[in-house]
Amino acid sequence: MINLTINGKEYSVEAPAGMPLLWVIREQCELTGTKFGCGIAQCGACTVHVDGKPIRSCITPATSVEGKKITTIEGIAPDENTLHIVQQAWIEEQTPQCGYCQSGQIMSAVALLNENPAPSDEEIEQAMSGNICRCGMYGRIKSAIKRASAALQASTSNPQLR
Amino acid sequence: MKKWTRRAFIGTGILASGALVIGVAIRPGNRSSKVAGLIAEEGETVMNIWLKISPDNTVTVIIPHAEMGQGVHTTLAMMLADELDADWSKVKFMEAPADKEYANYVVAKGFIAGNKTFPKFLEETIDGVFLTAVKTMNFQITGGSASVRFTGQQGMRIAGAAAKAMLLQAAADTWKVPIEELKAKKSTISHPASNQTATYAELAPAAAKVKAPKQPKLKTRDEFTLMGTSPARLDIPAKVSGQAKFGMDMIVPNMKYATIKAAPVFGAKVKSVDTSIPSDSEGVLKVLNLENAVAVIAQGYWQAKSMLDRLAIKFESTENDGKSQEDIFNGYRLAMDKALEEASLSEHYQSGDAHSALSGAETVVEAEYQLPFLAHATMEPMNCTAWVHDGKCEIWCGSQNPLGVMAAVAELLDISLDQVTVHNQLLGGGFGRRSETDVIRQAVAIAKEVDFPVKLIWSREEDTQHDLYREATISRMKAGLDQSGNPVAYSHQFLFKHHPPEAADLPYAVPNQLIQFTSPSSFVPWGNWRSVDHSVHGFLTESFIDELAFAAKKDPLAFRKSLTQDKPRFQKVLDLIQEKSDWDSPLPANWGRGIAIAQSFGSIVAEVAEVEVNVEGKVKVHRVVCVADPGFAIHPDGFTAQMESGIIYGLAAAMTGEITIENGAVAQSNFHDYQVTRMNEAPKIETHIINSGNPPGGAGEPSTPVIAPAVTNAIFNATGVRIRRLPISKTDLRVSIRQTT
Repeated sequence: MINLTINGKEYSVEAPAGMPLLWVIREQCELTGTKFGCGIAQCGACTVHVDGKPIRSCITPATSVEGKKITTIEGIAPDENTLHIVQQAWIEEQTPQCGYCQSGQIMSAVALLNENPAPSDEEIEQAMSGNICRCGMYGRIKSAIKRASAALQASTSNPQLR
Repeated sequence: MKKWTRRAFIGTGILASGALVIGVAIRPGNRSSKVAGLIAEEGETVMNIWLKISPDNTVTVIIPHAEMGQGVHTTLAMMLADELDADWSKVKFMEAPADKEYANYVVAKGFIAGNKTFPKFLEETIDGVFLTAVKTMNFQITGGSASVRFTGQQGMRIAGAAAKAMLLQAAADTWKVPIEELKAKKSTISHPASNQTATYAELAPAAAKVKAPKQPKLKTRDEFTLMGTSPARLDIPAKVSGQAKFGMDMIVPNMKYATIKAAPVFGAKVKSVDTSIPSDSEGVLKVLNLENAVAVIAQGYWQAKSMLDRLAIKFESTENDGKSQEDIFNGYRLAMDKALEEASLSEHYQSGDAHSALSGAETVVEAEYQLPFLAHATMEPMNCTAWVHDGKCEIWCGSQNPLGVMAAVAELLDISLDQVTVHNQLLGGGFGRRSETDVIRQAVAIAKEVDFPVKLIWSREEDTQHDLYREATISRMKAGLDQSGNPVAYSHQFLFKHHPPEAADLPYAVPNQLIQFTSPSSFVPWGNWRSVDHSVHGFLTESFIDELAFAAKKDPLAFRKSLTQDKPRFQKVLDLIQEKSDWDSPLPANWGRGIAIAQSFGSIVAEVAEVEVNVEGKVKVHRVVCVADPGFAIHPDGFTAQMESGIIYGLAAAMTGEITIENGAVAQSNFHDYQVTRMNEAPKIETHIINSGNPPGGAGEPSTPVIAPAVTNAIFNATGVRIRRLPISKTDLRVSIRQTT
């Protein structure tokens, strides 16, 4: 039995040694917004934050993140009725197509903007190239990140980013 | 989005709740008892099978297509709502159920088999005005870029217009005023002269009693209020919050997980596997020998996968065990040579006398092209949840073909279609892969061995190695030019012909043509891959015409223009792309520009790629300008997004996409060796739409076929190297750059 803190909530789960965090999140915690794409940290669909840093949950043993703060796509909005600035930008740019990769894209984008609120095109590409989108919405993802970045700088206080 | 879980309501009858149903009688008969209680909400009026109106004046549009990112739920709802003059802010949608009462399995099967004629019994009973609608809507396949072209144009618009006519008639009857004096706007009908208004909801019960018009009047383009605009897509909010449910996300009470390993060589059988469960394995419930695959059922995917990886599975040998990709291509060349020698090729198209014209030509250009197998690599690996119990089966999956799923399950279990329920979910990418039922049949074969629901999840490795692939192929092309550089003969011999049938057509005016094909056997399973045969022929035709332009010493764009003077739509597309791509402006050294154009799925798309080839021979596609004439873009932003998507999908294939066979099996396994385009490799894409006034064309596929030749033509422009074998990464471009710099 291990104890995990996901989106501020405590979970006690059975996780065999070596079991990746992804499957604990999806199957045991039933938070299905985090996706399985490749299982070898190649596609980024499983990206979540551990203590604010983006990690690939498909290769991260659940036991290694005990006691740390885990955030999934379900946990980034400030409250139930308000979207995160990045999620809002994603809607405004009409970014997703099939949508399957977008949780991972958004988690990578949020982490990028936390580190660097005004990234250049090159910095965006560098930060986002670990996330594959087979619908090819890279142009819109980039635009959405820039839009979020602008919104972030416009909001002088409480950027709502975690 | 709410799903119907019970039989849909085709037919005419009055619900127990008092709501009225006017349905389309696919097969007339008393459906009242089956209908009663189905539509759930008290007081709702179902105007026809594609829309219902709720007491709060909400219009719900029923969409018979799967959402895989193409925005079909929004676009089709718009088409109906526009004709209905519905208040868009109060329009909802629900996906139509997979149900034989709703869409006949026999007909669907005919469509799958390529037989588009209808059984006589059905023809006779299709109700007049909805004849065309039912013909298309009764299939639930989502593919062929067909949703807007057929379902939208011939179904949704008619359904919306018919319901509006019925509502207007009801208002005229109620107020006893001439129907011509009524105005319909935002789900309300008004009679300005008498200052009366009523909402659609208020009029719906009376309207449902009005006979549906035989030929409802459709709007002309100047009357559209929604079509041609780009309202926010209805499916997007759930996709940014993590709440959207894909097949992979289904959670059914008491569900367990399974994963599978099929024989690496296609068609091989399991020779031996120890199905006992080791005492140190955690959470493993069952190891199943499925003859051509081994599956493990466990408490979770991870436990199932760990067990599967431990198993020492032996497979029977097959005649293909030693086959390599080289063997396959050699076999294709031999088959082509033999067919040519025996003159046994099938004719695709012939005009004039290509042989004579070639022998009399001033210049003859000849080339052989080669294309690789391609996997679909949808972001969401294949999966399906199945529960077999009490002679019934329930399926949760994301399918482009829910009725095909239903039929496959019924056949496998030898139960009637009535006993199969398909809960279709969002698709994490389709691209043709999710029109197949192989994974569904596996899930059922596993689930029938246990008494609980099982979610079968394929690893990415399984997904890569057991896809149904776009064919690998070779092609031989030959053309003759006269002294002025005008093409006088065109000869093309290709392999395999699937669909659409016109894919190998030459759009250019060449007087003597001979286009033929032959179909050697292949043990690698074939499947529909975004744009299907156009993905092959777009590259072949548009590369070769570029070779001809070079041989004729003409500008590639001007050359194409000169050969399409009988095609005004092509002329306009070429004119616009010449302007928008800055075609005539100079580029830096080692940069090149390439153009390609093709008509597919009713849309004409041209693309100009701007590439740079650096000293290491690395190709960077900086910019792609896309000009499309889809006739009319119903949702321009959605159409633009589809162009962008098709370009990146085709670019990934062109640059690095290659499945190879080694020892009879697929050599690639995951995104590290089946590489796809990432953000740092993605070009800037600029899309321009021409609304030419022609019938709406497809959006999901037509931008894919032309990107590969646009890029290889640009590479030729930059380096002088003609790439005749895809993917591009196979060609070493370093030397060419050293030579030109």
